[in-house]
Amino acid sequence: MLTHEYAGRPITVNEEGFLADSAQWTPEVAEAIAREVGIPLTPEHWKVITYCREDAAKQGQSPGLRRITQNAGVTMKELYQLFPKGPGKLAAKIAGLPKPKSCL
Amino acid sequence: MKHLVILGAGTAGTTLANRLRRRLPEDWNLTVVDPSPTHLYQPGLLFLPFGAHDDAAMQRPRTRTLGAGISWVEKMVERVDLEKRRVQLVGATELEYDLLVLATGAQIRPDLTPGLLGDQWRQTIHDFYTLEGAQALRFALDRFVKGRLVVNIVEMPIKCPVAPLEFLFLADDFFRRRGLREKVELVYATPLDSAFTRPLAAKTLGGLLEAKGIQVEAEFAAAEVDGEARVLKSYDERQVPYDLLVTIPTHAGAEYVTASGLGNELGFIPTDKDTLQVKGHENLFALGDGTDLPSSKAGSVAHFQAEVLEENLLHAIRGESLEPGFDGHANCFVETGGHKAMLIDFNYTVEPLPGTYPLPVVGPFRLLRESRLNHLGKVAFRPLYWKALLPGRPIPVPTRMSMSGKRQPKPTLLSAEGDSHAHA
Repeated sequence: MLTHEYAGRPITVNEEGFLADSAQWTPEVAEAIAREVGIPLTPEHWKVITYCREDAAKQGQSPGLRRITQNAGVTMKELYQLFPKGPGKLAAKIAGLPKPKSCL
Repeated sequence: MKHLVILGAGTAGTTLANRLRRRLPEDWNLTVVDPSPTHLYQPGLLFLPFGAHDDAAMQRPRTRTLGAGISWVEKMVERVDLEKRRVQLVGATELEYDLLVLATGAQIRPDLTPGLLGDQWRQTIHDFYTLEGAQALRFALDRFVKGRLVVNIVEMPIKCPVAPLEFLFLADDFFRRRGLREKVELVYATPLDSAFTRPLAAKTLGGLLEAKGIQVEAEFAAAEVDGEARVLKSYDERQVPYDLLVTIPTHAGAEYVTASGLGNELGFIPTDKDTLQVKGHENLFALGDGTDLPSSKAGSVAHFQAEVLEENLLHAIRGESLEPGFDGHANCFVETGGHKAMLIDFNYTVEPLPGTYPLPVVGPFRLLRESRLNHLGKVAFRPLYWKALLPGRPIPVPTRMSMSGKRQPKPTLLSAEGDSHAHA
């Protein structure tokens, strides 16, 4: 575990930069992480981030892509435009959630 | 009379039914529902495209796989009426239940990816997760003498997550033996960020892909296929051209699951990972490929789950509390080509580790390393499947994963995280 300063506060993250404790998350922390990964947040991004946080609070795990597109009002294509490369991972990282697990 | 009903007679449902049939109290009867008259040996589908197995040996009549004392209803399930505790079958018949087990597995859904089911389906676009698909692919591979063969996992989760890799290793071997390897490009397009979902196995299997000259297109989320132009396209607008596409389509649970309000976004059943009880339903249980559990969708997993669920159903019948008996254990031989295989043994928290299996030092099987004996182990499994696993006879593999014989490498950045079997 490492400590990183986001929005002027020390935040504990794992080796891949995911928050160790999602309770440390604030919208300002999200803005700071998003800047770091090069994604300026728009209201569309916030729609996804808000959904991910709400769903994770209920389900106890980060939602997968199909779950996000089915419930957050974005298409898969839009999701890839909002969070290029790995939308599931990037949305979870910015939302202060663990890296999404997909079963193997 | 009380009724225990099992929906689905694949590996999970059949094993469970055969294990339970002699142990149920006298006032309970046991019914299994499955519309198909034959039981298919699914592990054989991997070898069929390469001409190794004969198709008839992969199937047995359902009547021979279900033991005495089990009533088999050859019908499709339409819906489960949770309030009335009834299973509605296609054709307006109903079955009452006191305890219900959902073992209806996962099906491939090529219809969910635009372009897969066009004119080119089973011509230049193939699957090997169905008998018809594997047979058509055998025909196509036999005529494939040069070009670009692309294997693509559309999205996770899939059944037997190592099968696409095994397919590539066997294809490398197949074309090598035919003297065609230099004329065939092999490409692996996967949504994962590496060869496998757990760090050490990803490293080992990734090394094998590299050694065999198989190209990897990682973090590739397939959006659509242009069958005319023979191009696979991703959501982030990457294009992968192919001459022959072997797709592992999206998997989903049975349709009645969603129709009954029981499924997640892909129709997989939210299930307690330790007890196998369906979340929020006291008299419902689930096992096999149809659950939403973070364990592999694989025959070995279904077998270990059947052993746990056998006990928990008997607990439920006696009104006792359930045991948190399932640890996510999976035990898989991974074919690596050239009559060699690797063995991986892991669970929810322990990733595949190197070592020997089942005994320390002497093995005889090698974990996370290729050997000829491992391959023989995989070959020997088929008779064991029909004669011991399905009938519910003892198999010399423990239900819960054991650390005996496993070596924990020194922690590195990669493995320090524990269960980071994660990806987008």
